[in-house]
Amino acid sequence: MDATSPAHLNASVTWGRVRRSRHVADKALKVICTLFTVLGACVLGWILLMLLFEGFSALSVNVFTQVTPGPGTQGGGIANAIVGSLILTFLGITVATPIGVLAGTYLAEYGRGSKLAEVVRFLNDILLSAPSILIGLFVYTLMVQPMGGYSGWAGGVALAIIATPVIVRTTEDMLRIVPGSLREAGAALGAPMSKVITNVTWRAARAGMVTGTLLAMARIAGETAPLLFTALNNNFWFRPDLMGGVSNLPVMIYQFALAPYQNWRELAWAGALLITLAILALSIVARLLLKKDTAR
Amino acid sequence: MSPIAVNTAASLGTNAAANLSAPVRIAVKNLNFYYGDARALKDINLDFHDRQVTALIGPSGCGKSTLLRTFNRIYSLYPEQRATGEILLDGRNVLSNGIDVNELRARVGMVFQKPTPFPMSIYDNIAFGIRLYEKLPKSELDDRIEESLRKAALWDEVKDKLRQSGMGLSGGQQQRLCIARTVAQRPEVILFDEPTSALDPISTGKIEELIEQLRAEFTIVIVTHNMQQAARISQFTAFMYLGEVVEFGETTKIFMNPNKKQTQDYITGRFG
Amino acid sequence: MVALAQDIVTTHLDTVRRSPKPTFDRLFRLASYASALLVLLVLAGIIGSMIWGGLPAFQQFGFGFITSSVWDVNNDQYGAWVAIVGTLSSAFIALVIGVPVSLGIAIFLTQLCPAWLKRPVATTIELLAAVPSIIYGMWGLFVFAPLFASYVQIPTSQLVEGLPVFGTILYARVPSGVGVLTAGIILAIMIIPFVASITRDIFDQIPTILRESAYGIGCTTWEVVRHVLMPQAGVSIIGAVMLGLGRALGETMAVTFVIGNANRLSASIFDPGSTIASRIANEFNEAIGLQLNALMALGCILFLVTFTVLVVARLLIARVQNH
Repeated sequence: MDATSPAHLNASVTWGRVRRSRHVADKALKVICTLFTVLGACVLGWILLMLLFEGFSALSVNVFTQVTPGPGTQGGGIANAIVGSLILTFLGITVATPIGVLAGTYLAEYGRGSKLAEVVRFLNDILLSAPSILIGLFVYTLMVQPMGGYSGWAGGVALAIIATPVIVRTTEDMLRIVPGSLREAGAALGAPMSKVITNVTWRAARAGMVTGTLLAMARIAGETAPLLFTALNNNFWFRPDLMGGVSNLPVMIYQFALAPYQNWRELAWAGALLITLAILALSIVARLLLKKDTAR
Repeated sequence: MSPIAVNTAASLGTNAAANLSAPVRIAVKNLNFYYGDARALKDINLDFHDRQVTALIGPSGCGKSTLLRTFNRIYSLYPEQRATGEILLDGRNVLSNGIDVNELRARVGMVFQKPTPFPMSIYDNIAFGIRLYEKLPKSELDDRIEESLRKAALWDEVKDKLRQSGMGLSGGQQQRLCIARTVAQRPEVILFDEPTSALDPISTGKIEELIEQLRAEFTIVIVTHNMQQAARISQFTAFMYLGEVVEFGETTKIFMNPNKKQTQDYITGRFG
Repeated sequence: MVALAQDIVTTHLDTVRRSPKPTFDRLFRLASYASALLVLLVLAGIIGSMIWGGLPAFQQFGFGFITSSVWDVNNDQYGAWVAIVGTLSSAFIALVIGVPVSLGIAIFLTQLCPAWLKRPVATTIELLAAVPSIIYGMWGLFVFAPLFASYVQIPTSQLVEGLPVFGTILYARVPSGVGVLTAGIILAIMIIPFVASITRDIFDQIPTILRESAYGIGCTTWEVVRHVLMPQAGVSIIGAVMLGLGRALGETMAVTFVIGNANRLSASIFDPGSTIASRIANEFNEAIGLQLNALMALGCILFLVTFTVLVVARLLIARVQNH
């Protein structure tokens, strides 16, 4: 058939039929959504700038070498708070990781399809979002009251309770991704289930599980509320038996930021900068690790 | 004869003859298999002879893989799957409760359709299975690993990179690694579940050669949807359809002169 | 006819197999099971300890504990009403501000964002979620509050002075920048990353074919969002919002910094107030006796409210995922 003559091409369909109001609504949506996103980015930037501005000027060698000063004392540093936070975070993660990994393993491997696993998974997600101050109250009742005082142990346990649901969740999610054919191959060699899990499945999900631990660490490093009633804070080095409270960055920041002393406030800013940088670094490393593994 | 039948008949020429007097290693008696309430295998009775290759063929869904997976009880991993009847491995019923399922799986090895190297080095991939049941000194372990890789025709290609990850190998090499892994445990029977369907023709050829060589040491059962493959490498063939064994016999007879019309129709490509 | 293989000597009968002892396998399985149960135990422990600690206060004040707005440490008279109102109103404000913004960001990420920008923006949102609560508190108190006082509170107060309704709600007697509204705004910022992430995941799960067919008949982006995405996502968006609510209810440190911690109820949202969490954070360490019990009782109330919200939220989200 011959091509139709050009006259037929601009028949009855004209452009510009769309109502103006639809365009306006669409445009408005796009602008608003973009604006909101930019706002979010701006807030992050603003917070980081604030920390850098206030915290950087407060940084000095003393910050890392000297102990937190008493009320009215000049100078000082936050060395005890830094080390204390490291210890508490380490304690929390050490307790949380085995429990979290094993529980996640139960949910993904042994408990597949069981009602108990469903319930545990559901309640674990609830615990994940539970107010951390209540966890502090719980550990206060559980450990501080019976033991007669604040301690690093109580603080560590409180952080562990916060970290465990995170690790349970990521472990289960990562284990589910491992293909069933790999498990069957392990079982086909006569390996009992525990060996298949530990030597094959865990190994296959290794990177994801490490990421989960890093994310849990980032989460508990900044937690203040649960430490308020467990490890509290003090102006000395911690005792080797960790009794009597352990100084830590978050509670120190809380106490010093609102204080009437200039040097206390400056130290609070320094602490805030350090802890935020550490947490952001952990988060970024964790995501990078995950991305590298999924790209493999 | 149809073109397919001609092709298959030609493949038969490369085949070693069946040894009918070879003793029965696996005797299946009145086997029924269920996925939940649905019956997938109906009253299966079959014998598998020592150091012969028996092929299970049939259209998709006929139950050949299901049958294969009863021999090493790999189906036991899934609670809704169960089997009734008897499967006698050297006289002992594999389906009875007293059997140590894990040890059974070390004696009846399995190679899957999709190559599944473990996320470990090539060395550890093979050592893993050995270490489960034997305590060997390092030198013996090294020897056993070399022996297995040689039997899998992989030694020359990987002997310098035993510490590298098994997942870095090509598809055909990975499958041969899986075969080496299985062979290393010195099983009595090796089950192959469509071992070449995920591989390229050249790798397929290598693995078929391999199976021919392994036959000297192991009893082999292979599930395949490729009839020419069955004709090439097996001595006995069972044709299955809708969960039942329609016909079983020497491969030459099944492909040249089957008893049942259904078998004839399948061989000549009329269905499936 | 056919000899059984027991009569045959094969090359493999010399393989001596020692089965590994089953104890490790059993212990491992037991350990996994026990760890899973531990999660349940901890949750039970939390609620148990709250009830245990708060019981004296409930017994003393009865139901009046919830409705009374008296909080007098000297006379040991306690009531939760002020804290409850503060918690609910700051959370409400957080939702009113935070949910639209979260939805907007989720829509941006899934519909409008060019591919090269997706990763950076998503990372920004994740980093916002990672910032600790106390840092938000400091930003809120030292940066936001002064600006809020000068640019919002003072002008607004001057504007509404004397007006019937707004004159009370939006009037700041002491424009210090801290108050219920400020707390609500900070909370909004804190829940945005969560609600946005979850909403984005929900949108991503909607099959692309649905969106493409809508675009294919000439819908604008706004129409696709309104008529395809939102209805499809439906109930789980509510679930996401409730998750945000759960967070806002339990948030402690940021709120403690910017809510002013007043024990009195005020009609103006510019005035200071307190939330359950901030009250506990402020007073617990020095509290003894009945005050301690009263604070525990507050914690009990908070737990029950948060628990209910979170359970409903998870159920709503799970319901759509199962379809």
